[in-house]
Amino acid sequence: MELTLWTYEGPPHVGAMRIATSMEGVHYVLHAPQGDTYADLLFTMIERRGRRPPVTYTTFQARDLGGDTAELVKRSIREAVDRFQPEALLVGESCTAELIQDQPGALAAGMDLGVPMVSLELPAYSKKENWGAAETFYQLVRSLLKGQVPPPGTPKPDPGRWRAEGRRPRLNLLGPSLLGFRCRDDVREIRSLLADYGIDVAVVAPLEARPADLLRIPSADANVSLYPEVAGTVCSWLERTFGLPTVKTVPIGIGATAAFLREVHGVLGLELPPELVTGDDGVCVAERSSRLPWYSRSVDSTYLTGKRVFIFGDATHAIAAARIASRELGFEVVGLGSYSREQAREVRAAAQELGLEALISDDYLEVEKAMAEAAPELVLGTQMERHSAKRLGVPCAVISTPLHVQDVPARYSPQMGWEGANVIFDSWVHPLMMGLEEHLIGMFRHDFEFVDGHRSHLGDGAPASSAGGNGHDRAPAMETATAPSTATVVAAPPECLHWTPEGEAELAKIPFFVRGKVRKNTEAFAKERGLAAISDEVLYDAKAHFSR
Amino acid sequence: MGVSITATPPDTDPASPDLLRESGQREVFCGLTSIVWLHRRMPDAFFLVVGSRTCAHLVQSAAGVMIFAEPRFGTAILGERDLAGLADANEELDRLVRDLLQRRPEIRTLFLVGSCPSEVIKLDLSRAAERLTTQLAGRVRVLNYSGSGIETTFTQGEDNALQALLPLMPAKEESQLLIVGTLADAVEDRFVALFERLGIPTVRSLPPRRSTELPPVGPGTRVLLAQPFLSGTARALQRRGAQLIEAPYPFGVEGSRDWMAAAAAAFGVDPARVAEVLDPLVERGRRALAPHRAVLEGKRLFLMPDSQMEIPLARFLSRECGMELVEVGVPYLDRQLMAADRALLPPGTQISEGQDVERQLERVRAARPDLVVCGLGLANPLEAEGMATKWSIELVFSPIHGCDQAGDLAELFARPLRRHALLSFA
Repeated sequence: MELTLWTYEGPPHVGAMRIATSMEGVHYVLHAPQGDTYADLLFTMIERRGRRPPVTYTTFQARDLGGDTAELVKRSIREAVDRFQPEALLVGESCTAELIQDQPGALAAGMDLGVPMVSLELPAYSKKENWGAAETFYQLVRSLLKGQVPPPGTPKPDPGRWRAEGRRPRLNLLGPSLLGFRCRDDVREIRSLLADYGIDVAVVAPLEARPADLLRIPSADANVSLYPEVAGTVCSWLERTFGLPTVKTVPIGIGATAAFLREVHGVLGLELPPELVTGDDGVCVAERSSRLPWYSRSVDSTYLTGKRVFIFGDATHAIAAARIASRELGFEVVGLGSYSREQAREVRAAAQELGLEALISDDYLEVEKAMAEAAPELVLGTQMERHSAKRLGVPCAVISTPLHVQDVPARYSPQMGWEGANVIFDSWVHPLMMGLEEHLIGMFRHDFEFVDGHRSHLGDGAPASSAGGNGHDRAPAMETATAPSTATVVAAPPECLHWTPEGEAELAKIPFFVRGKVRKNTEAFAKERGLAAISDEVLYDAKAHFSR
Repeated sequence: MGVSITATPPDTDPASPDLLRESGQREVFCGLTSIVWLHRRMPDAFFLVVGSRTCAHLVQSAAGVMIFAEPRFGTAILGERDLAGLADANEELDRLVRDLLQRRPEIRTLFLVGSCPSEVIKLDLSRAAERLTTQLAGRVRVLNYSGSGIETTFTQGEDNALQALLPLMPAKEESQLLIVGTLADAVEDRFVALFERLGIPTVRSLPPRRSTELPPVGPGTRVLLAQPFLSGTARALQRRGAQLIEAPYPFGVEGSRDWMAAAAAAFGVDPARVAEVLDPLVERGRRALAPHRAVLEGKRLFLMPDSQMEIPLARFLSRECGMELVEVGVPYLDRQLMAADRALLPPGTQISEGQDVERQLERVRAARPDLVVCGLGLANPLEAEGMATKWSIELVFSPIHGCDQAGDLAELFARPLRRHALLSFA
C-alpha cells in the first residue's frame, strides 16, 4: 500500500487506451466498473479530440456482480464489434475487473468475432500507464504479424537491401501516440528530416495507423524507436523476430539530431553526406539548419552561462533535456530525474555523466523537495513541476508528459529535429530573463524607479519577501514558497550562524538575482570553516573561494 | 409541512409512460469524484481513498488538482502484496494513516473512502475506521464510506459521506432548520441571512464548515435538501426523528423561492412576511434572468445523465428560461426526492433513467438539440458534430443556488449558445 496524492502516470489500461485512440480502425472493449469512463476526458479535453476514444466499457455495478458479469462482457464485445466494425479488437480489464477474474480475453477468444482480437493482460496493481502502452502496442503488433514471422534460422534481412531492390530506403517511426509530448509535430519534423536525405517513412505507428499499416512494418529496412517508453518493447521484438535493426538515438537537440542522422545512415548502409561529418571545429554543416547553435553562441546568450537548471520528466525527454541544457545552452544541470522506472538505468547514466545522482521517483513532493534544495534558476519538467516551480518562484518550461491542454498547442511546435531545437531554445530561454534586460536591471538597480525583485517574465510581480532589500531575503528560488509542503524545505541558516550588520549590508549590494546563491554559498562556506558570524570579509572570502 | 419518506429504493415501480429505462454503458463518474467539493467544504478533513492507481488518476483528472501544493485527499494504492495477502492490508493502512496524520496535524476528521477494488476484496473499512479512531484516541476521528463506482455514481459520494457523519450528530429536540447538501460558503451565508429575516432563528448546515462542529438532529429538526442527490441521508435523518420539507430544489428564481417558502411554512411563518422578504428577490432575480432567457427561449435541450441535478435544472430551464426539453436523463430516479420538481415539468417530458450511452447518442444525433448538457468525455465530440454543449461538472462546482444566482445559472447555459452565434470564420 502506497500513499499517492498525485500520480505522474495513470493505470496501465490508460496506456492501452492511448494506443487504441491513437490508431484508426481499432476498438478496445474494457471490462471496468462505472466511473472508469473518466479516462475519455483525457483525450477529449486534454488532446481536444473531436471523437470519443474507441473504447466500450462494460461499466458493471454491484448488482451485476451477483449475476453473470461474464455475460455482460460478451454482450459488450458483440455489440461493440457490430456497432463499430473494427479492423482489430483489443479486449482487456481495469483494476477492479482484474480482481473478479472474468478473463474477458478468454471469453472473446471463444466468440466468433471475425476480426483479429488481442487479449491484453495489464497487471493494474504493479504496472503503470507507459508500460501499459508499450505492452499493448507490442501485443497488437505481434498478434497482427503472427503470420509473417519468418521461420527460425532465416537469415536477417540486409538493411541495405533497398539498393538491390532499386528503391529508396525506408524506416518505420514507432512510438508516437496521443497524450505523448508533441508527437504529432515530431512525426512531421522527422518525416521531413528523413526526406531531406532521400529516406522514406514506411509506417508511423501507433499514431494514425490502421491495423493494415502494422502489417507493413516488416517491409521497412529498420525501425526508429522514437519514444522508447512506448516503442521499446516492440522494437526489440521486431529486431529479434524479423531482424529489423532499431535506430535508438532520440533526435531531440542538435547533437542528438545529428547523431540520429548518422545512426540512420550507418544502419541503412548509406554513405554519410559531408554535411553530417563533424569538422575540426566541432561543427557539422547540417546543424546550421537550426538556429539554436548560433543563438546559443550569440552574445546575448552569454547570460545563460551556468544557469542552474533542474530537470524532471519521462526518461526520454529528461535525458535529452540534460544533454541540451549542459552542452548546447551552457546551463549547469543541478538536478536530473524521472518517474520512468522502466528507463531508470538510462537516466542514472545520464546523471552520472553530469556528476549527479538521478532522482527516480513518482512522488511529486519528493521531486519538489529536491527542486527546492537544488535552488535552480530554471526548471524543465512536467506540468506538476511547473506548479512546484511556481510555488518556489522559479521559471519553468514543460518538456514532458503528463500533459495539460496547453501542451497541445495549435501551432507547429515539435521537440525533435532542427525545428524542434528552435522550439526548445525559445521555450526554455524565454522564461528566463532576457540577457539585456538582466544587464539593465543590474545597471539601474539603484535608481529609485527600480523595484527590487522585479521579474516581469513570471507575470506575478515581485516576490513579496524580497522587497526593500531588508536583508531577510532568501534564495530567489525560495522567496514565494508559501505552501505548507515547501515551508519545511526552506533552508534557514543554521542556529549557530548569523550575519553581522556589515555582512548583511554587503549582501544587499549584490544584485538580487544572484543574492540568494551568494547567501547560500557564503553560509555553506562559513559552516564548513566553523564560523559563527558572517561579516563582509567572510562574504568576500567565500566569493574568492567559489570563484576558483 | 414535512412529509415522510419511506425507504423505497429507487427504480422499483413500473415505468411510467414518460420514463425510459436503459441499461448499457454509463458515461458517469463514480462517487469518489465528490471528494473534490467535499474536501473544500470541510478544510479540517482529509479524504483517503483506499483503492487503485485508477482511483487516484480519476480524482486528479476529474478535478484538475495539480493546482494544490499538497491536497487534502489522496489514495492509498493497493499493491500486489496487499492483494496477495503478503502484507496485512490492515496493518499497511494503519501505518499509512499514522504517517499521513503526522504530516498533516491539522486534520480532525479522516474519511476512509472505499473504492471498487476495496469493495471487491472486501476490505472492511468500517472496522479499520473504528480501530484507527481508538488508536488515535480522540485526536482525529476516522470515518468511512464508499465512493466506489460499483455502488455509487458521481454525486452519490456526498450522500454516503454525509451518512458517515450522521451517527456522530448529537440527538437534540431543539427546533432547527437543517440545510443538507454542500453549498458554496457565500451562498450558504446568504440563505442563513434570508431565513433569519424570515424569522427562522436556528439554521444549521450539513456538512458543516468544520467537520467537528456537527449539527444536532432530532424531532425538532426540519430538513431542507439543498441538493437533489441525498436520498440516503434524507432517510437516515428521518430515522433520527427529523422531518423532511418537501420542495423543489433551489435552482432558479421559482425553485429558490418555493424552497425558502416551504421552509418558512414549516416554521409557521406568516405568508405575508414571506412575500415581503422574498418578492423583491424574485423580482430582481427575474430581471437578472431576462437577457439569458432571450437567448435560451425556444431552444431545444438534451440533458445526459450525470449529477442527479438534471430534473431540477430541466424544470428551471423550461419554466423560467423557456427551453424545450428533448430528453432529461438521470442516473437513477428517486421518485420521492424528485416529486416536486417533476410535477413542474411540462406534461409528457421524456425522462430517461440509467444509460446506454451509444443509444442515447443516437437519440441526440436524431433530435439535433440546440444544447446538450453532458460530461467532459462527450462534450468535444458533440461540439465537433456541430452541437453546443454545457459541461455538467461545472454545475457541481459553481455557486448556482438561490434567487441571486439564477441569472448566473442561466448564463452558464446561454454562454455556449452565445458563443456558437458569435463565432464566424467566413
